[in-house]
Amino acid sequence: MKNFMGNILFLDRSDINTDEIIPAKYLTENFKEALRPHLLEDLKIAGFDSGRDVKDKAAVVSRANFGCGSSREHAPWALEVNGITIVIAESFARIFRQNMFNCGMLAVGLPAADIEDIFKTFSPAPARLSVDFAADRLTVQGAGREKSYAYNIAAFDKSLVEAGGWVEYADKNY
Amino acid sequence: MGRTTAQKIFEAHVVDRPSGDVQVIRLDRVFCHEITTPIAINDLVARGRDRVFDASKIKVVIDHVSPAKDSNTALQGKILRDWARRHKIGDFFDIGANGVCHAIFPEKGFVRPGFALIMGDSHTCTHGAFGAFAAGVGTTDLEVGILKGVCAFRTPKTLRVDVKGKPRAGVFAKDVILALIAKIGVDGATDKVMEFHGPAIDGFSMESRMTLCNMAVEAGGTSGVCMPDAVTVDYLWPFISGEFPSKEAALAQYGQWASDPDAPYDAVVELDVSGLEPVMTVGYKPDQIKTVREMRGTPVDQVYIGSCTNGRYEDLKEAAAVVRGRRVSPSLRAVLAPATTEVFRKALDEGLIKTFLDAGFCVTNPTCGACLGMSNGVLAEGEVCASTSNRNFNGRMGKGGMVHLVSPVTAAATAIAGHIENSPLFRG
Repeated sequence: MKNFMGNILFLDRSDINTDEIIPAKYLTENFKEALRPHLLEDLKIAGFDSGRDVKDKAAVVSRANFGCGSSREHAPWALEVNGITIVIAESFARIFRQNMFNCGMLAVGLPAADIEDIFKTFSPAPARLSVDFAADRLTVQGAGREKSYAYNIAAFDKSLVEAGGWVEYADKNY
Repeated sequence: MGRTTAQKIFEAHVVDRPSGDVQVIRLDRVFCHEITTPIAINDLVARGRDRVFDASKIKVVIDHVSPAKDSNTALQGKILRDWARRHKIGDFFDIGANGVCHAIFPEKGFVRPGFALIMGDSHTCTHGAFGAFAAGVGTTDLEVGILKGVCAFRTPKTLRVDVKGKPRAGVFAKDVILALIAKIGVDGATDKVMEFHGPAIDGFSMESRMTLCNMAVEAGGTSGVCMPDAVTVDYLWPFISGEFPSKEAALAQYGQWASDPDAPYDAVVELDVSGLEPVMTVGYKPDQIKTVREMRGTPVDQVYIGSCTNGRYEDLKEAAAVVRGRRVSPSLRAVLAPATTEVFRKALDEGLIKTFLDAGFCVTNPTCGACLGMSNGVLAEGEVCASTSNRNFNGRMGKGGMVHLVSPVTAAATAIAGHIENSPLFRG
């Protein structure tokens, strides 16, 4: 199972699409590693600079409908090769969410109030996230504060993460 | 209690219920293209699992960058081509016989009512126009689909869309779906199948129904669905005439997949199209629209007619009627990309290609190309395109470029006028 712990990248906008996560022109790459320098390079959020802000992050916290648009699994891969294995958002587009779990990564939906609380309490200062996978809880620490949030993910999605992804799960079961 | 089309298809295809509302279903088709499949192929090879579940159910096309534009895209084509040959996949469509996936696969008769199918492409929802469950997936789902012929889904909820009224002249399926997305928002159908009903839908051709279902994903929908009817049977008849004694018999069988009158819906939305005007997107999300009338005169650098949304023969015919005998404005350039080789051939035989060439359109080979900023009409920074495609995301057609999504006739009228303009078909 992957490790779900580290620094948070705050992306304070709804409807971040997979073209913004990794532009289509990089879909011609045949190796995931080639995506690394291009994560979020076309994302326009005031104050955000992908070249500076993506470094040393392990988690993304964002708003509603994260990962909408193209089905490209290059989006989770671009996160993964940059060390980001968990995205926390108010809601996800279906294909992106499934792609995350299929890769053994975590896409955690939290109520809008919890997301707002995380942004208000911790962003934009440096903050760290840790996940108690067995207890379905995540903890955010930053600026001398610490807060814990319970989350819900489907039992099936949890078993994909434990198996290391859908290929591994399907191989065992079908 | 009755069942929806999606519920019927899931019940007929389920092979496992691992937990919660998740169902693993058997697939009738796995469609593949050269952008999302090669990494799945490489992974299967690396795992020592280079097999396919059923070569006759896998259909393959090179479409996104066709022909290859550089070494990387040439390698993607090569990986796909070699794989299709190695596994004796008969239905592999290389350049010269290819087309945009969601246009060529229906054209070949590969989709039938009641089918469950996936593809590593978000606009796979298009094929629901045939009364099928058709979902876009990522590469890992595709990989498992290729290897085992199954895919896992949360049991989809269904959003019933009741389209009321009759569209006015000059208002097309593209305007209807843009108006609907604007009404429910870009996540208004997330985790739901969008099921289209109403006399306007009944009156739509299969091509218009495909335009409608194509953009279901722009509202977050898992699949579009139209009820299989006589229009569906007529379209499929060249492919199924050997399977049924008559069209009536085909209709009787396919009709079983239609939702029951007392089927349960998770949500219902009504859209009255009787007063609808031609519309277009104005921002960077498909739910941000205005009427073309409000936006008349907006400068445009390029017009693009093509894509899996609006690059079919019917689209070219409607656009050609607006273009015929006129010239593209010298203030912009115009690109036509027929969606498939067959669309191109028919448009050539019927004189449409000459109409577009005489008007000053650049006519390209079938490819996804410019729609996602890959090739054949990419924008420069700061440029604006009126496009018949499906996504207006910031930079989608090229970094710093902006896209207004429009119907083929609005695109054609815009090309002639040199700025955003309604077609003469619409008399506001």
